[in-house]
Amino acid sequence: MDVLNVEYMLGLVPVLLRYLPLTLQLAGIGMVLALFLACLFAVVRVLRIPVLNQLTIVFISFFRGTPLLVQLFLFYYGLPQLFSALTVIDGVTATVMGLTMHFSAYMAESIRAAIVGVDRSQTEAALSIGMTNGQLMRRIVLPQATRVALPTLMNYFIDMIKATSLAFTLGVTELMGATQKEAAGSFLYFEAFIVAAIMYWIVVELLSKLQNYLETRLNKAYNR
Amino acid sequence: MIKLESLSKHFGKTVVLDGIDLTIEKGEIVVIIGPSGTGKSTLLRCINFLEQPTSGTMTVGNLTVDVNRASRGDILAMRRQTAFVFQNYALFANKTALQNIAERLLVVDKWPKEKAYRRAREILEQIGLAEKADAYPASMSGGQQQRVGIGRAMAAGAEVILFDEPTSSLDPEWVEEVLGLMKQLASERQTMMVVTHEMSFARDVADRVIFIDGGHIVEQGPPSEIFHNPKDPRTKDFLKKILATNPV
Repeated sequence: MDVLNVEYMLGLVPVLLRYLPLTLQLAGIGMVLALFLACLFAVVRVLRIPVLNQLTIVFISFFRGTPLLVQLFLFYYGLPQLFSALTVIDGVTATVMGLTMHFSAYMAESIRAAIVGVDRSQTEAALSIGMTNGQLMRRIVLPQATRVALPTLMNYFIDMIKATSLAFTLGVTELMGATQKEAAGSFLYFEAFIVAAIMYWIVVELLSKLQNYLETRLNKAYNR
Repeated sequence: MIKLESLSKHFGKTVVLDGIDLTIEKGEIVVIIGPSGTGKSTLLRCINFLEQPTSGTMTVGNLTVDVNRASRGDILAMRRQTAFVFQNYALFANKTALQNIAERLLVVDKWPKEKAYRRAREILEQIGLAEKADAYPASMSGGQQQRVGIGRAMAAGAEVILFDEPTSSLDPEWVEEVLGLMKQLASERQTMMVVTHEMSFARDVADRVIFIDGGHIVEQGPPSEIFHNPKDPRTKDFLKKILATNPV
């Protein structure tokens, strides 16, 4: 076994760090959009809004039932063939679209479960004092549902950060794409990919810390 | 004043309330008794529109609605005139005692924060829980939670407070403090409709006792009359059973 080329690895760190922001942007924008979409889906499902409910069920079924990579290829290579106007979709946009739809499908179900899990009597209490449905959702149900859903949503966020690495298959040079290029030039595959792996790992660890902090805060009301 | 005219509620084919006619004066304390599953709770829930009544007319204060023609606005207005105290307290778990009481003033009545919290603190004083202002429901005893539940209803400044078996979920040690608070409210002539199995409360506090069975008002009158000289055999039968287990 050859000795690990530590010098090369250290030199690679600043090079790869330049691509980390794009990775974080893909995941960050994807997460915000996915959360928004998931909340809409969850409310449609909870209130069983006709037509929209059925459409949502099919949407969720499709995006949970097919691989993310297949969805990315559909958006990037497939759609522009059908509709020429869609050739403007670049790799970054296609990735964000794919991540958003794929993860919103998963998150919608955990948000729905969290909403349904809020004690029904509190809903009645809120209505009894004359709150509107909107006020009830905003002030009573969603804050409590957030606490329940937080751990799973953070899990999906972590998953999404790692899933951004698929963007390299659409020619996007984010952390994974950059690593691939560096490794192909130096032939030091282990060194290159272990550096990338550690970078992903550190980001995820930082997120876990954030999750602990948020959970402690949100649980404040429930400690006896 | 509250006036119910031929108020009915059907669940599918089951008739739970069968044309209730009832007038309650301002400041009157009415206790509703009767066997389980005879529509006592449903009556209170209909007045607050937690259940949509099937037919009839309701007047609360200066608001009259035909329940079949009630718009969303009518329903909200009716709910704002009637406050509800729940058997299982139903406090907002994500809010402190103070916030639970202030919530309606802030959100529904759109009071400025400072004014709403000042009023909520006054109510906490009245219900004897000033020191629990920043406590969350999970850290309070059942009795304390139900007193906050009553405090939340008091904040509404409602025409009537509807109590749906307010002491039925409580451990016996907490029942007295809740009944005590209700007596205090009664002495201030807050209009109250109380569904309860606490016969001593009915005897001591009520202006009028209403016995409901099978979705009908079977008999009503001052407590002395209902308890000592019931006329209808169903009332006699019910009182005999309940007084055997809960002596007055």
